[in-house]
Amino acid sequence: MVEIATDTDEAVRGIADGSTVLIGGFGRAGLPFALVEAVRRSGARDLTVVNNNAGNGTTGLAALLASGQVRKVICSFPRQKDSFVFDELYRAGKVELEVVPQGNLAERIRAAGAGIGAFYTPTAVGTPLAEGKEVRTIDGRDYLLEYPIRGDVALVRAHAADPMGNLVYRKTGRNFGPIMAGAAKLTVVEVTEVVPLGGLDPETVVTPGIFVDRVVATTPHPQEEDAA
Amino acid sequence: MIEHTDQGPLDRDGMARLVARDIPKGSFVNLGIGQPTRVADFLAPEQQVVLHTENGMLGMGPEAHGDAIDPDLINAGKIPVTELPGASYFHHADSFAMMRGGHLDVCVLGAFQVAANGDLANWHTGAPDAIPAVGGAMDLATGAKDVFVMMTLFAKDGSAKLVKECSYPLTGLGCVSRVYTEQAIFHLTADGVVVAETFGTTLEELAQRLDVPLTGAPQ
Repeated sequence: MVEIATDTDEAVRGIADGSTVLIGGFGRAGLPFALVEAVRRSGARDLTVVNNNAGNGTTGLAALLASGQVRKVICSFPRQKDSFVFDELYRAGKVELEVVPQGNLAERIRAAGAGIGAFYTPTAVGTPLAEGKEVRTIDGRDYLLEYPIRGDVALVRAHAADPMGNLVYRKTGRNFGPIMAGAAKLTVVEVTEVVPLGGLDPETVVTPGIFVDRVVATTPHPQEEDAA
Repeated sequence: MIEHTDQGPLDRDGMARLVARDIPKGSFVNLGIGQPTRVADFLAPEQQVVLHTENGMLGMGPEAHGDAIDPDLINAGKIPVTELPGASYFHHADSFAMMRGGHLDVCVLGAFQVAANGDLANWHTGAPDAIPAVGGAMDLATGAKDVFVMMTLFAKDGSAKLVKECSYPLTGLGCVSRVYTEQAIFHLTADGVVVAETFGTTLEELAQRLDVPLTGAPQ
């Protein structure tokens, strides 16, 4: 059953040190700022964070990095004009980095939720990111073997949830949310609104509640003017 | 081949205009971050091109300003954008399935180097102190049916960027079909590099400056 948590601290309770945490969002769109902030307050350490990026500005994922709670970042694009928190930690050797092509990152997460043991993808064949990976030629084309990325926890921002945990998203804030929700042992979702039972049209539900464990209502994070 | 010797090299808008001109009607197109984004300004409505952004949208409209800015509606460069009638949203695995699955007709990317065989280098300079960041570049390069590159023909140090073999780390193998530069448009074919148009120079001059065999496109 889905739990509707009363606050974000309750929503993220029990995240163990050393956990792999899938965090939705592309830049700031769809980033579950309130949940990430609650994880920072929880003090959980030695985390492996999976996100498309490696934090923007000084809030959200950047704040979690700055507090020294992240051991490793798995992402497609760490370097941005406002990723200075990550950049400094990386150059100082204080955080590990695994760079994954964005589509391989998405498919590895999707595969975890779909029970796929591994898959072959053409992306990155012949590049430095193929090093150490098995190559198989199928119908004359080369593919790389890629393994799923499973989370102990997924933190997702959606627009609205119902008491069953069914989710709808807003615009490009959807991004990694639906695939991350299925890929973790514990999926925690922050939403703008929890609507009453029957308040979501079943035809428009994007993430069915079977993939969701805890929901908490929060106000959307105020955007910083240096959005990048 | 057309040699435009009555004019100088193209400026950035000139390059973007020609890329836009050459995108087939009704294409689904992804424009890379930076220079390629300009191509959108020159697409004619009658071309009926649908823009894809890899963070989960088809039917992307122009950049948003003022009250139209919505933090949940951004492009791959994380710039606020707008949605056009008929737009759709989808998650990341679907978005990249559109590329990998061969549904995306054209992507336009920048590049550090392109090799005559279509190899692309555009994600990493190879500098030891650079923080590697690939984003969706490899997926686009490998997945889109046609990869158009927009770049200057020569680097700041004067070295050619259309080369026999890339010295920078590769993004994708044999994936580039056309290269738009300020001096010429190149088609990379199984028979070699074909010059379609030149701007402020000639095929003969280009052949002297590039270490790649060139032929002129048939009239």
